[in-house]
Amino acid sequence: MAEQLVWPVLFAYGEAAVAYAGNARTPGALGRFATWGVRVGWLAQTALLVAQAARADGFPWSTWAGSLNLFVWLVVGAYLIWGCSPRFRLLGLAVMPIAAALLAVSYVAGGTETSTTTAWHDVLLVGHIAFALAALAGFTVAAGLAALELWEERLLKRRRAGILQLRLPSLVALDRLTVTTVAVSLGALTIALLAGVARMPGHSLDPLIAGAVAAWLLYASVLYLRLRTGRRALAARLALAGVGVVFVLQLGLMLTHVA
Amino acid sequence: MNVLLVGTSHRLAPVEVRERVAVDADRAAALAEQLAADGEAVCLSTCNRTELYLATAEGDEAEQRATGALADLAGVSEAELEPYLYRLEGEPAVVHLFRVAAGLDSLVPGEGEILGQVRSAYEGGAVGPLLDRLFRDAVHTGKRVRTETAIAESPGTTSSAAAALAAQVFGDLSGSRIAIVGAGKIGALAARRLIKRGAELCFVANRSEDRGQHVAAELGGTSVPLDRIRQAIAAADIVVSSTSAANYVVAPEHVNERRGRPLLLIDLAVPRDVDPVINELPDCYVYDIDDLEAVVQETLAGREAEFAKAEAIAVAEASRFRDWLATRDVVPVIASLRERAEQIRCGELAKASGWLGGLSERERDAVESLTSQIVNKVLHEPIVRLKEAAVAQERRGPENRVEG
Repeated sequence: MAEQLVWPVLFAYGEAAVAYAGNARTPGALGRFATWGVRVGWLAQTALLVAQAARADGFPWSTWAGSLNLFVWLVVGAYLIWGCSPRFRLLGLAVMPIAAALLAVSYVAGGTETSTTTAWHDVLLVGHIAFALAALAGFTVAAGLAALELWEERLLKRRRAGILQLRLPSLVALDRLTVTTVAVSLGALTIALLAGVARMPGHSLDPLIAGAVAAWLLYASVLYLRLRTGRRALAARLALAGVGVVFVLQLGLMLTHVA
Repeated sequence: MNVLLVGTSHRLAPVEVRERVAVDADRAAALAEQLAADGEAVCLSTCNRTELYLATAEGDEAEQRATGALADLAGVSEAELEPYLYRLEGEPAVVHLFRVAAGLDSLVPGEGEILGQVRSAYEGGAVGPLLDRLFRDAVHTGKRVRTETAIAESPGTTSSAAAALAAQVFGDLSGSRIAIVGAGKIGALAARRLIKRGAELCFVANRSEDRGQHVAAELGGTSVPLDRIRQAIAAADIVVSSTSAANYVVAPEHVNERRGRPLLLIDLAVPRDVDPVINELPDCYVYDIDDLEAVVQETLAGREAEFAKAEAIAVAEASRFRDWLATRDVVPVIASLRERAEQIRCGELAKASGWLGGLSERERDAVESLTSQIVNKVLHEPIVRLKEAAVAQERRGPENRVEG
């Protein structure tokens, strides 16, 4: 029965995506529907994940489809925490259709079922995967924020007369949120890497580890550029470009670490 | 009970009249208390309006009392005050309050201060069920309009456009620092707008030291000679320039490396003061007078649509309020219906007490609960229908009176 929760989640995320699209055309009441869609959907997905966790004997998202389910929850959760407000509706428009689509893929592949039998009992591996997924979700949201920041920067530089009508978040707020999101996600990635190293100390460098280290260096340089040298626009571009690395890593993680 | 409004505002009364009837929060609360002798009253008093909202069963008498109170405040006779007063009753009074809370009736349409003033008036008022709901709905309407429309973000002048752009870059302007280049009236006006939003003045760079010091003293900054412009800009987040110089006063060499700290340069001068090349520097945004005019034009064009949306929200909320009032009319009927049903239930239980006596306490509780549930379920449908009929009747009503 609990797996049926995926339907309200899909419906709510889909509704939020459609409402964000409508709200982008004509800002108004649809924004509230979108926000509530995100909130209700995320709560329903939380319930689904809790049900999965309660029934599984160990880590319940050990399949690639299951990890995708968890990843979607983390992405939407990060969006809820950092930006789910009328001024961030364009970020919602970027996040919610992807979240709905990825969840649909996860559902089709069985990632939302609650009768998972394969489970991990290795705490380090679970920590490694959970923190890595959280980091990737954070980097995805940071990329959306960086895209919004760069777009607003462009509008300001070109002195577009209609900029106030777009009701965007302020440039400074976007900058701060991007940096905070990257910093928190980098912390999560660091923990994930440390957990991975602690679990397999003698493991040789494979492409996935190299990719994870590259992502760590990339996002560390984002923070360095922004906080030490003040290169705000370059840092935002790197944070946006990093989403490519994130997707490659996500794919690699799902194909190699989970069943 | 009926909603009645007697008031005056910038639409009818000149400032000489408005300032005489304006009262502070304490006096507004006292006045509301005084007028609410046998009903409810709220006094909304701002620099642009003084309005008395009454919920009363005695329309004419209450209106007389309210008019008399305003005349007393103004220190003139009622006849003298008459041309400046408006009176609204029922739904028009409700719509008016919702429009006021939404900023649609303000001198600067869409301004946000009025919402706080409506809330304060409500908190200080002598409210009962009717005005409590009315003012809570008014505040809700004001919030909805500001959330769902861009009415509050539509600057109507170049100086307000400059302030809105600054907010677009920095968000909350508290902590943002302003440097004024050229201590003219236009620059000072724009700076005042920014200060009103929370920014603070750090430097006034001006050719004439006297004038610079005067503006700095008035707005709370430090006056520096024009050749220290680099220092002024380095300390600032927002530069407002309005000199009468024939050439550029602010050149790229005056702008230090910003290290990610945005710098908004507002150039209000003609000929321009700020070299447009500065816009190419990282983190620097230059807006000249034409750019600001374009922002104003764009927002004015969009404002009409936003106004229509805001008006629609105010009317819809007023309609919701009317529906609530209509259902409130049938509350006594519903209460007596419930009471009668409860009497019957208790009576029947009493009759059956003979054979219920053998039941344990737990079983008796179960019977109590079961009979209550049956009564509630039986009454549910008629109560819903009753409320719907009341709403429908109110909507069909020729007078559209809002009474409670």
